[in-house]
Amino acid sequence: MSGIPFVPGEDEPGAGNGTAPRSGGEALLSSNDGEPLTRVAALGGIYSNHRALQVAIDDARARGAQAIVSLGDLGAFGPSPDKSAAILKKEGIPVVRGNYDDSIARGLEDCQCGYTDPRDNHYARISYEYTLANTSREHRQWMSGFPRHIRFRMGTGPDALEVLAFHGSPRRMNEFLWETTTPTHFLQAMAHDAGADVLLGTHTGIHWSRRLDGKRWYVNAGALGRPANDGRREVWYALLELEQGELQPHFVPVSYDVETLADEMLDEGLPDEFIETIRTGWWTTCLEVLPGKERARGRW
Amino acid sequence: MARVELAVVDDSPAVELEALDQLWFQVAGTVCNLRCKHCFISCAPDNHSFWFMTREQVAEALSQSTELGVKEYYFTGGEPFMNNEMEAILADTLEVGPATVLTNATLMPPRRARRLARLRDASLYTLELRVSLDGITREMNDAIRGEGAFDRCVQGVETLVDEGFLPIITCMRSWPEHETESYLEGFRDLLAQVGYHRPRIKILPPLLMGEEAKRTRGYDETERVTHEMLHGFDLSQLLCTRARLVTARGVYACPILLESPSARLGDTLGEAARRPARLRESACYTCYLSGAICSNTPSSAGADR
Ligand code: SF4
Ligand code: SF4
Ligand SMILES: [Fe+2]
Repeated sequence: MSGIPFVPGEDEPGAGNGTAPRSGGEALLSSNDGEPLTRVAALGGIYSNHRALQVAIDDARARGAQAIVSLGDLGAFGPSPDKSAAILKKEGIPVVRGNYDDSIARGLEDCQCGYTDPRDNHYARISYEYTLANTSREHRQWMSGFPRHIRFRMGTGPDALEVLAFHGSPRRMNEFLWETTTPTHFLQAMAHDAGADVLLGTHTGIHWSRRLDGKRWYVNAGALGRPANDGRREVWYALLELEQGELQPHFVPVSYDVETLADEMLDEGLPDEFIETIRTGWWTTCLEVLPGKERARGRW
Repeated sequence: MARVELAVVDDSPAVELEALDQLWFQVAGTVCNLRCKHCFISCAPDNHSFWFMTREQVAEALSQSTELGVKEYYFTGGEPFMNNEMEAILADTLEVGPATVLTNATLMPPRRARRLARLRDASLYTLELRVSLDGITREMNDAIRGEGAFDRCVQGVETLVDEGFLPIITCMRSWPEHETESYLEGFRDLLAQVGYHRPRIKILPPLLMGEEAKRTRGYDETERVTHEMLHGFDLSQLLCTRARLVTARGVYACPILLESPSARLGDTLGEAARRPARLRESACYTCYLSGAICSNTPSSAGADR
């Protein structure tokens, strides 16, 4: 598969006042041979983990994914942000605008995660300043064109499902939708408002899914950038499959060369705490935003 | 985005509800077993101006809330565990969404903590306990919260931690801002002593109302939100653009203005959701400066930019 036709949709009027133009808007996604989509891979936050990114893309293709979509947050946490950006560009993967991409493209002063805890803030700042300083002009320019939403249809006819891909939530790029704080009725209302059967997002870093009313689903693709705070080294992506008119979301674990990434992080002077996370599978930072249940499942 | 409207009778700004993300319940009214010197609604054992909510009253609002797309449920008072239907209310709530209880943790015998843990484990959703502790020493805390409060609260935290809870410890900042880091260190040490090794701590700005106004000072004339101040301001920072408070008698704009009759926006949730909140109180000025101080985490409020 060589790149996915990527049809830009109508742009919302720009609302930003940052350095780069802000394109809102929605884009569409289709398979490149015109066949209906029945198998689509969704990549959650990459956080500069270019090693896991390449493995995940190859894996998704090997599993027969007709299209791959990135849900944004290319940078943060990991080394050499330009490497992940280059892979996505080379592979022709469309990207939804994440809060990180939005901040980096516009040169905002922070990542818009809104931490208030001083320790979380400290690490978020290190990671943001590193990523901003190490993202090329060209990539920042490219990011400024990321749409807020990507829409696509899986299947055809009466069984077709409308999928809306976004970063945090359909309404807010930086909204956290955790499994234990997101009521089913809330997701149903959101799907209804968005005119979508499947809501597809990331931003939290922990994958989960829930069946809603009818054939509707919410799917959180988790993150490629760091493990799911579960003590495992693998990271995850989502594979959406349409089987007999029903969505089957699968989460695929990705094993990659953790030690080489750890060496690169060390060379780049990134904090030991970040390296510890990819080595142990336990989050060490950005813990404030975790709900009690998700936090209790982790080590820190 | 919420719109700012010009008021007809007074010139304070009015803001529309953007989305009813948080539903608050004044579940214990103004009744509390403590009598804190900084309580911004002067709760006390004998303050009956707002009475307990019944399980039925809460259930009715819960059922309306699912239609309105509510995301999180918060329970406050007074002391919620003074309400003897509290556990049943939480069981009902946890069937539809996540629940947070703002408690002083002084009424937390092990049996109750165990029952709460069972409710938590039976639900898909999280049950958060937000515990108010206002000092890192007995002297510091009890000067505000009354004699004996410190020991009982710390004991309550220990009981909750034993049941696998990670309570969110909230503390009203009673020190200059630059000293916050050293107080946080003090809290971490204190909590580690009772086995709470990865504490969640939230420092809140003081609200100069109720007992706190008598303890320190009230707001002065200039501390008001004006129309000019709202130009370019992210209104979603204000709780009243994303929440309403249900009480035993009527629905209010937010949990802070319980004692302002003008903040009572209707008899029903639907009615109160349609009416804008008026930023006429000085407390609004604190919200304006400090953002969404009432929510658990930044995930609950604040738009992307
Ligand atoms: S601050 Fe809380 S614990 Fe203290 S009197 Fe008021 S409601 Fe009760
Ligand atoms: S106190 Fe805060 S939340 Fe309540 S009405 Fe005023 S600004 Fe809104
Ligand atoms: Fe994000």
